[in-house]
Amino acid sequence: MKDRLRIALVGNPNTGKSTIFNALTGLNQKVGNFPGVTVDKKIGFSKLADSTNLEIVDLPGTYSLYPKSADETIVFEVLSDKNNPSYPDLVLIVADATNLKRNLLLYTQIADLGLPIIIALNMMDLALKSNMNIDVDGLAERLNVPVVPIAARKTQGIEELKKAIQYRSSQPFQTSTIDVELIAPDLIKSISTELNLDNPYVALQIAHQYQNISYLTKTQISQIEAFEKQYDFHSQKSQAAETIARYNFINDVLLDTVKYNSVALEENISNKIDHYLTHKIWGFVIFIAILFAIFQSIFAWSEYPMYLIETVFVWLAQIGHQYLPEGALTNLLIDGVLAGLSGVMVFIPQIALLFAFISVLEDTGYMSRVTFMMDRLMRKVGLNGKSVVPMIGGLACAVPSIMSTRTIENWKERIITIMVTPLVSCSARLPIYTLLISLVVPKRYVLGIINLQGLALMSLYVMSIVAAILVAWVMKGIIKSKAKGYFIMELPVYRMPRWNNVGITMFESVKTFVTQAGKVIIAVSIVLWVLASYGPSNRFEKIDAKYNSQSLQQRYSSTEINRLKASEKLESSYAGVLGKSIEPGIKPLGFDWKIGIALITSFAAREVFVGTMATLYSVDGDATKMESVREKMAGAKNTETGLPVFTVASAFSLMMFYAFAMQCMSTMAVVYRETKNIKWPLIQFTYMLVLAYVASFVVYQLLK
Amino acid sequence: MKLSQLKIGAIGIIKEFTDLEMSVKLMEMGCLPGETIKVERIAPFGDPIAISVSGYQLSLRKREASTIELI
Ligand SMILES: Nc1nc2c(ncn2[C@@H]2O[C@H](COP(=O)(O)OP(=O)(O)O)[C@@H](O)[C@H]2O)c(=O)[nH]1
Ligand SMILES: [Mg+2]
Repeated sequence: MKDRLRIALVGNPNTGKSTIFNALTGLNQKVGNFPGVTVDKKIGFSKLADSTNLEIVDLPGTYSLYPKSADETIVFEVLSDKNNPSYPDLVLIVADATNLKRNLLLYTQIADLGLPIIIALNMMDLALKSNMNIDVDGLAERLNVPVVPIAARKTQGIEELKKAIQYRSSQPFQTSTIDVELIAPDLIKSISTELNLDNPYVALQIAHQYQNISYLTKTQISQIEAFEKQYDFHSQKSQAAETIARYNFINDVLLDTVKYNSVALEENISNKIDHYLTHKIWGFVIFIAILFAIFQSIFAWSEYPMYLIETVFVWLAQIGHQYLPEGALTNLLIDGVLAGLSGVMVFIPQIALLFAFISVLEDTGYMSRVTFMMDRLMRKVGLNGKSVVPMIGGLACAVPSIMSTRTIENWKERIITIMVTPLVSCSARLPIYTLLISLVVPKRYVLGIINLQGLALMSLYVMSIVAAILVAWVMKGIIKSKAKGYFIMELPVYRMPRWNNVGITMFESVKTFVTQAGKVIIAVSIVLWVLASYGPSNRFEKIDAKYNSQSLQQRYSSTEINRLKASEKLESSYAGVLGKSIEPGIKPLGFDWKIGIALITSFAAREVFVGTMATLYSVDGDATKMESVREKMAGAKNTETGLPVFTVASAFSLMMFYAFAMQCMSTMAVVYRETKNIKWPLIQFTYMLVLAYVASFVVYQLLK
Repeated sequence: MKLSQLKIGAIGIIKEFTDLEMSVKLMEMGCLPGETIKVERIAPFGDPIAISVSGYQLSLRKREASTIELI
């Protein structure tokens, strides 16, 4: 006897799989990977009353075992391959009770794979409200499968579901749905013999999907190909015949078991909402207003928590300098690591808010309306309505957004979406924008309510989206492809957001940001601090000697001397040499060598910018005076001209550079993983760098 | 008559499909011969459209809708 019962959760998208998963497993879950593919594998653990241990796998939502997107392939692979490490002992099919007909299609396919099944009939609360009459026992009898009515969102029926799992049968007893063998008798027989299969439907599915199944060998694939030629197998015709046969079975079952008394209530409400939200004019006005409100709130609501975090770090640095012994190590800790961290931690409130808003837009169903409204426009520039989701998600982070492009079936539309998503202003750019805007844009209100700084920030975001669209349009003309794109998408009814879900998203995003960015930042700030504190050969000694000379000692006060000495040392340090060497190239953009250092370090990740600034200006600055990064930068003067470094022209030029340049190794890695061709991340890196340079140059020369 | 020619609020019954590839995808989503379809709304730029079919709402492009023949 196995020590653990493995259950696979399967169902259409939006049927409540994740809600059930959470209800069954609580917080006892982890995210892993299916071998070979980049689909997240969510596994959770639970225990039954008879102390059986459960291992529950949440599979990607799908309408059918015939995959439409890269993600969905995994469902058939897991359910058909007995050697797959996730092959389940029991399949828990989640079906939406308010939409049984379409949901049962997937049930009939999985039933024919010959695995033990339990059906969780979810959304029963909605079914009751809309006066649907479902004969649950009748349904269970017809299918010969346990059917458990539940309302997962209200955690109703979860205990009954656990009981059903406890009293499950270990054999598949479901009545067969269609006569699979009739569809392609000879081919099914040949494939079954070749692959040693005992289930005809697995053989038929393989006949359709063999090119994308990872557990088949090359010889098996060419053998299947030969069989299909021999028997003149036509995949689409066979699939059409199968689907019609399945719906005949389903209609027959539903005829006796479900009575509809009226149109679903939720749908009526949704229709009324949609009348405004997807309206010709109001739809766009509301969409823009929502985005506008989000950015205004991110600025307004995060102000106070950010101030608190800043204060804490300044206080920590003060304490550190007071109590730690003076020396190189203390300086590294405080001016290197702590300064770098403070520059980043300060943005936790903004990132948490941004992720919270995006998760609300997704959860309510509004995001799919935006997709619906924008499809026509997006298609004009070579994208797909579904590209809107990764692009809005790109406001948070390009990495998960690029992974979410898998829902776009057309290769060309998907590649273009991947190529332009990193242009959309992600949360890592937010710290840079906020910092630079607060330096050069006055904090004033115009027309009473519009915050000038917020307006500047929003313009940057709008610009990034416009740039993404223009680049997409150019690429549409360059990339060649014959396959036509399509757009068949469910519009789910509007639902209230689940606030605990929003909370979890906020928590997870902050956790990832702090650990991921934190690691890079600590490493980079240490390296940077070392580079900034030591120099080639004996340059530092010479500087020391110069300032120890009598004549200078008399001319300047001692603090003045310390400052001059420190900045001259920074200039001759390794970091200074590095910055100086690229200075000629970036001077036309309005940047000095210190910004040059930040640009170089930022190619690992943009988040590093603020930390770099903090480190550089701490090394340079007066150690006895505690200031925030912002204050240090505001006081920064060009070493040659004595003019402020950060003017409107140079600050906006710098923002342009960060807006367009591909300064994120994680994004490049994920683009490579998703396109499986090094060509795409390289093209992306190059075109973005060119754009960044040109944009910065133009902005600086115009504003100067 | 094709689905793409229906006005907002109009109702039709699916007769057949003129494109095999589309028909497979549409049938999986519940658009089957004999099923009643209602055009719920049209996106602001005239495309795609949203329809009600077998108890839920589906959006599809006009070109895709034109492969659905109605009775
Ligand atoms: N009214 C109602 N809503 C539910 C129920 N179960 C889930 N939902 C909602 O349905 C939506 C989709 O749920 P989710 O678990 O994310 O579905 P998944 O896509 O299958 O993982 C969410 O807004 C849930 O709150 C239920 O029993 N009743
Ligand atoms: Mg889910």
